[in-house]
Amino acid sequence: MLVRGVCLAEKKTKIDIFKNVLVPKHEILSEEEKTNLLEKLNISKEQLPKILSNDPAVKAIGAKSGDIVKIVRKSPVAGEYNYYRLVV
Amino acid sequence: MSHIKSIKFGLLSPAMIKKMASVEITVPELYDSDGFPIDNGLCDLRLGVIDPGMRCKVCGGTIGQCLGHFGYMELVKPVVNPLYGKVIFNILRTICRKCSRLLVDEDEVKKSGLKGAYKKAAKTCKYCGEKQKDISFEKPTTYFEGRRKITPEDIRERLEKITDRDAELLKIKGGRPEWMILTVLPIPPVTIRPSITLETGGRSEDDLTHKLVDVVRINERLKKNIELGAPDFIILDIWELLQYHVSTLIDNEIANIPPARHRSGRALKTLVQRLEKKEGRFRGNLTGKRVNFAARAVISPDTRISLNEVGVPLCVAKELTVPEMVNKINIGKMRDYVLNGENYPGANYVIKPDGTKKKVTEENKKEIAKELDIGYIVERHLVDGDITMFNRQPSLHRMSMMAHRARITPWRTFTLNLTATIPYNADFDGDEMNLHVPQDEEARTEAEMLMLVQNNIRSPRYGLPIIACKHDHISGSYLLTKEKKIDKKDVAQLLLNAFGPEFVMNNISEMGPCSGKEIFSLLLPEGLNIEFRSATCMGCNKCQKEKCPYDAYVVIKNGRLLKGVIDENALGEKKGKLLNRIEKQFGPDVAGKFLDSVSKLVLEFLTKKGFSISISDCDISKHAENMLNRAKEKTDETNKQTKKHKEDWEKIIIRAGNEIVNKCGEIVKNDIKENNIIVMVKSGARGSYVTVTQTSGVIGQKVLAGKLMKRGYTNRTTSHFVRGNLDMESHGFIKSNYKNGLSPIEFFFDAASSRENLMDKSLQTKHSGYMERRLINALQDLKVESDFTVRDSRHIIVQFVPGEDGIDPAKSDGGSINMEILE
Ligand SMILES: [Mg+2]
Ligand SMILES: [Zn+2]
Ligand SMILES: [Zn+2]
Ligand SMILES: [Zn+2]
Repeated sequence: MLVRGVCLAEKKTKIDIFKNVLVPKHEILSEEEKTNLLEKLNISKEQLPKILSNDPAVKAIGAKSGDIVKIVRKSPVAGEYNYYRLVV
Repeated sequence: MSHIKSIKFGLLSPAMIKKMASVEITVPELYDSDGFPIDNGLCDLRLGVIDPGMRCKVCGGTIGQCLGHFGYMELVKPVVNPLYGKVIFNILRTICRKCSRLLVDEDEVKKSGLKGAYKKAAKTCKYCGEKQKDISFEKPTTYFEGRRKITPEDIRERLEKITDRDAELLKIKGGRPEWMILTVLPIPPVTIRPSITLETGGRSEDDLTHKLVDVVRINERLKKNIELGAPDFIILDIWELLQYHVSTLIDNEIANIPPARHRSGRALKTLVQRLEKKEGRFRGNLTGKRVNFAARAVISPDTRISLNEVGVPLCVAKELTVPEMVNKINIGKMRDYVLNGENYPGANYVIKPDGTKKKVTEENKKEIAKELDIGYIVERHLVDGDITMFNRQPSLHRMSMMAHRARITPWRTFTLNLTATIPYNADFDGDEMNLHVPQDEEARTEAEMLMLVQNNIRSPRYGLPIIACKHDHISGSYLLTKEKKIDKKDVAQLLLNAFGPEFVMNNISEMGPCSGKEIFSLLLPEGLNIEFRSATCMGCNKCQKEKCPYDAYVVIKNGRLLKGVIDENALGEKKGKLLNRIEKQFGPDVAGKFLDSVSKLVLEFLTKKGFSISISDCDISKHAENMLNRAKEKTDETNKQTKKHKEDWEKIIIRAGNEIVNKCGEIVKNDIKENNIIVMVKSGARGSYVTVTQTSGVIGQKVLAGKLMKRGYTNRTTSHFVRGNLDMESHGFIKSNYKNGLSPIEFFFDAASSRENLMDKSLQTKHSGYMERRLINALQDLKVESDFTVRDSRHIIVQFVPGEDGIDPAKSDGGSINMEILE
């Protein structure tokens, strides 16, 4: 598996990582959504969980440092669960 | 006193060591002939005070005020700090032997760091053109260049020449690299290595002092030899000895060098040993401390006390005290405690408003009682009803420590209700438990509200009762609720024994001869409606519900048990549907009382009725015996088959084994009539049909490492078989049962597999214990904040909704919320 991944990367072939069942949906919050979220939680954005800007999913959706990504995870107990992470 | 603002970890420079020091140590002797500390010795008075009444020569403080002062010792020849052996090795082979510049590209150092960069080291230096030699390392402190040894002096010279920028690239932080070679040794203050005065008047020194004496002595010897111009090989020998002593001073458990020993032969405890491991400074003194107001004793069962109580021996109650502030209301009571003195219930100490503490004795108790006034604090004996915390190790979940109310007993063990043994995982084969007494109102309130046993009936692990009925409770309630008719006299006697005269008087009017179900109904709260299948359910194809021919369908209407028997599915841990519902619908108060009264009633009933088992309870009829033998004849048939199909003989044996066991199980189950063993099995109190089958039917296939028995001699399991034998009997199938006994070979197979299970179990507990520790350390600061987010100690969000669904499993119904019973 790993060997194949390296080969594809060398050939500059794009793979859609979101097609993999284990990768949850990531999306960038708009400015408005961002302020709404922080207001709702009554926190500064540094108090959000972090995600590295070189995370494959972050790169794939083109999020930049300072953005907040919303991650919609499948949860065995809650069906769907929204998680928010600050790109650093 | 100055306050610590920050802590920096790094290397001490020789200059800093001297600056910190108050005295130079040069003399290996400790005391002169008068027993007075020698100046410049290891007990020099300038290193701090350890004797009461003395004053420090440096700061003038007394024993508690002066924390001690460091000294220093100039090492005649430098030595390697053994803790940095590997680091020094890596540096040496990454830098030039002549000019100390890097032998690798900057980028390479940045990429692979100090640990990996040496692999790309150039053979010739690009700065000075020096040809490099091979460097090898002999643990812990010896370095070779080719065949020649590099002395610490040479190493230090090389390290000194490293530029600050190169050092930074090599990620050497907290000081210059040459400080890893010691030239000056800091001498710790005497306060961290106090000597003990023995009864004989002699002094016994600390391990660290012993070791330091060695270092000073060798250092002085080296100095003298150099001054005298001794030959090189002697100097080198002593130098090496100095290295050994400094190494063992820092760490006495270094591989490849013998640990320094005490005269008695015990290895010395030096610096690293003071900090390391479970008893070390970090885990033993900082993370975990010993506490006062605690007791430990063997535990015993007590069926008559509440699950919220713990029986505390009188002798323990007289040692453990509760501080109580004297006020207008309680002053009389407090005075009585003081007047009782050491006679229970009395008091041990009285604290005056100015903070002075006085022991209450037989002589001064009257005086203190007279003096007692509002604002005084009386440390009174533990009395009935005091909140205590009870704990059994290993503390694997939060129910391993719960709050109990004290109940003072004349015995010598702690006693607890049997329903509380499940969360503690306690039994009474010698188990010991710990008891703590909270010392202030806040702690007591918190313990009572969060930790009281009845508030922990529901486990946060699976959302179902973990404090529940067990063993005799289950078989007892099964037998009671099965009883069709009990005489009025017996009913009255039973209730009198279980609940006392008042309860009987309150209920006697409506009491005639009645069924066990009616008696059990007395304990059920009004308004309870529930239906479920009991553990005795036969699993019929079509359940006839309340018309169940086996009385296995429980119907409770408005707190009256109308149909069915009460067993594991009603009261047991995790499975107890009745207990679960009572806790959910009526709360912990009612559930706690319910558990208390069920266990009292049922055990009283069982005691009266008598409940015992014997081996004859496993007897089976002649007819069944014959059927078993016929079933076992299948082994012969299988042995013929394995000879034919040699490729999958294993599969054939496993399938045949299962078939035989199932068949025999069926035969045994159908043959044995309901006796006490079967009562236990059916009600879920203890045992299973598997164990009954193994006792009177067949034991079955034994496995080792998940496979049939195959190890042993060449091509056979034991020497009793022909090589290549593929019979079931030679690969761990046991035809006998425990009642009739095993053949020697069968016994061997049984023991082999039992041994494997035992080993697995003891190895597993070690693993899971460490995993638990790591998990607790990682998660201990996480907390659900008032805004319903989970955050760590920096207030950074970890979860936006606790557990993703926002359900507290300890308040759920099996992990979710049961909408049906929500009003
Ligand atoms: Mg035990
Ligand atoms: Zn001092
Ligand atoms: Zn060079
Ligand atoms: Zn049924």
